Amino acid sequence: MLDALGTILGILLILVVVVGVLGVLALALGTRAGRKKLLQLIIVLLVVTFFSFSLLHLTPGDPARTQKPFATEAQLRPIRKEIGLDKPFLVQYKDWLFDFVRGDFGKDYSTNLPVKDSIGQQLGISLQLIFYAQFLALALAIPLGILAAYKAGTWFDKIGNAAAFGAIAIPPFVIAFVLIFYLAVQGGWFPTQQYVAFGTDPAEHFKHMFLPAVSLAIAQIAIYMRLLRSDMIQTLQEDFITMAKAKGLTNRRILWRHALRPSSFTLLTAAALNFGALIGGAVVIEVVFQLPGMGLGLVTAVATRQYSAVQAYVALIAVAFVLFNAMVDGVYSVLDPRIRHARVAAA
Amino acid sequence: MPESQPPESAGTALADEMGTTGLVADAFTVEIAGVTAGVQPTRKKRLGFGAWLAIVWLVGLIVAAIAAPILPIAGPNETFTSIQRAQAPFATISTPGGGTTTPFAEGHLLGGDRNGHDLLSRAIYGARNSLIVGFGAIAFGILVGGLLGLIGGYYRGRVDAVIVAFLDIMLAIPALVLALSLTAVFRGRVPDLWILVIALAIISVPVLGRITRANTLVWSEREFVTAARAQGAKNWRIMTREVLPNVLPAMFSIALLGVAVVIAAEAALRLLGIGLSITDPSWGGIINDGRDFLTQGITAHVVFVGSAFIFFTILSLNYLADVVRARFDVREAAI
Repeated sequence: MLDALGTILGILLILVVVVGVLGVLALALGTRAGRKKLLQLIIVLLVVTFFSFSLLHLTPGDPARTQKPFATEAQLRPIRKEIGLDKPFLVQYKDWLFDFVRGDFGKDYSTNLPVKDSIGQQLGISLQLIFYAQFLALALAIPLGILAAYKAGTWFDKIGNAAAFGAIAIPPFVIAFVLIFYLAVQGGWFPTQQYVAFGTDPAEHFKHMFLPAVSLAIAQIAIYMRLLRSDMIQTLQEDFITMAKAKGLTNRRILWRHALRPSSFTLLTAAALNFGALIGGAVVIEVVFQLPGMGLGLVTAVATRQYSAVQAYVALIAVAFVLFNAMVDGVYSVLDPRIRHARVAAA
Repeated sequence: MPESQPPESAGTALADEMGTTGLVADAFTVEIAGVTAGVQPTRKKRLGFGAWLAIVWLVGLIVAAIAAPILPIAGPNETFTSIQRAQAPFATISTPGGGTTTPFAEGHLLGGDRNGHDLLSRAIYGARNSLIVGFGAIAFGILVGGLLGLIGGYYRGRVDAVIVAFLDIMLAIPALVLALSLTAVFRGRVPDLWILVIALAIISVPVLGRITRANTLVWSEREFVTAARAQGAKNWRIMTREVLPNVLPAMFSIALLGVAVVIAAEAALRLLGIGLSITDPSWGGIINDGRDFLTQGITAHVVFVGSAFIFFTILSLNYLADVVRARFDVREAAI
């Protein structure tokens, strides 16, 4: 089952999403543009789940047959009935959607266990990985971005820009292999496979998560640094910064206390959107490091042709992604009234 | 830009007068500062050193990929017993005569992989598949996404709303997950290379569609479009002859980034055990073939050779995208 940290992260995420969605709802029902957005959200969710559902039916062959390849016709009949293949397509979708919303994702036909059980565990592991990666990326990118903006145009800034541009061109799996070779295989400092729960052994847990988190974080450090740098350069030209300088405040105080907050909107939006995208986007890293998260689960389901599991994974990842984006969008417009008014005016 | 328009077009003169700057990004898009190399917007006709380097690398690759069969290199599936014994370019191999040699000295400049294949040959033949997938998928994305974006941005209203909803829905599923599920669906029905191209093309449609639409929205408001309409030009003619040439730089810039993304995605799918089969060399395939050697600590050069080709290609494409953007002062949307 979920270990402690995974559970906490999972609960936190659910709380954030629920609060976010409620906030968006409250806001949305207030304005015409908001109601329109909400309607769009519902349509997108329906179409996305419909796409995930129809994957099973787009795949070649009889879905029941793929689950029990050597069964006789008579043995297949109860399976067909269980999946509901004897009903009309749209009724099947409706049934599937109702089950999906209630958290019933069907059964894994190789282990005969509900898909839900393994997905719960995997989601916890994926969330931890994303959380560590984002934490690392922000912890390094914020000071670097501030420094780059402060030293804009100098050699430090130019080298930083070039390094960031290079880092963006390296796919995460290439970073992963370089890290594995030098730090794990040759250095022997880090393990390269498997997952250890935080509750089992905290030190081992972080050792196992370090390389995957760094692999994901590198390109993001570069992107976040550049985003913060360009916003910060604009902020540093504002009058209140001149005012702060005139008051004789130290550079450190001006940068961290006065300039950072107004410059961090784009950065935080990008980070939040990334968080949603990484739930499915960390697939390759999870596979390379054999971390049993959502990505590895999806790949395994595709490879072993567990199509009801594939449906559940794709639907879950897409729904999480859509809800997360909608939430960021909503929270963003609550925080920054300029955007809310711009959108209302545009609509 | 204006020079690509016919001289008789009334729009040309106006576009020149107005200048070609002033593109505004769609209100719903976030500008990504992260992917720029810091190339400053300029009207200079000369290309910088970096741009030439990128062009030389890409053109060299394309020429080598096309000319692969007549180049003095081994076949991609030819096996050499000498490299089967030692793979790294400078590893020592003992010769029957009692001396030692290296794969490099034997003419295998980048060494070989565990199957005894010559890596340079694998990389060049791999460039064929990687580039076909990259450019093929994006070409499809430009055709479909470009057409949708142009129609949506030009006609607006209901047509636009439907197209935007369609593109948004396609963006709602994370790209790699979409590619993964599409390959699962098409597997076994069409050749592997086509599955990859189709799956990755479908992913690129919404990205190119959005950028085309956002730019079309702006350009079709311009005076030269009104002028062309007043002269009695048909919608289709205005779209293709007046609006499209101005939207092309933005599409081209995003398309270059897109090719880079698709090349990385091909490699990623290969690592997931989905995609091209083992006899079809690709850069992702090279990395996948060298994975076990790397994790066992035998040699890392196979993975690094594949990675280096991917890295330099993505770097060149990203840089050129940035040069195009700076040259035409494109302010565009996020991927």
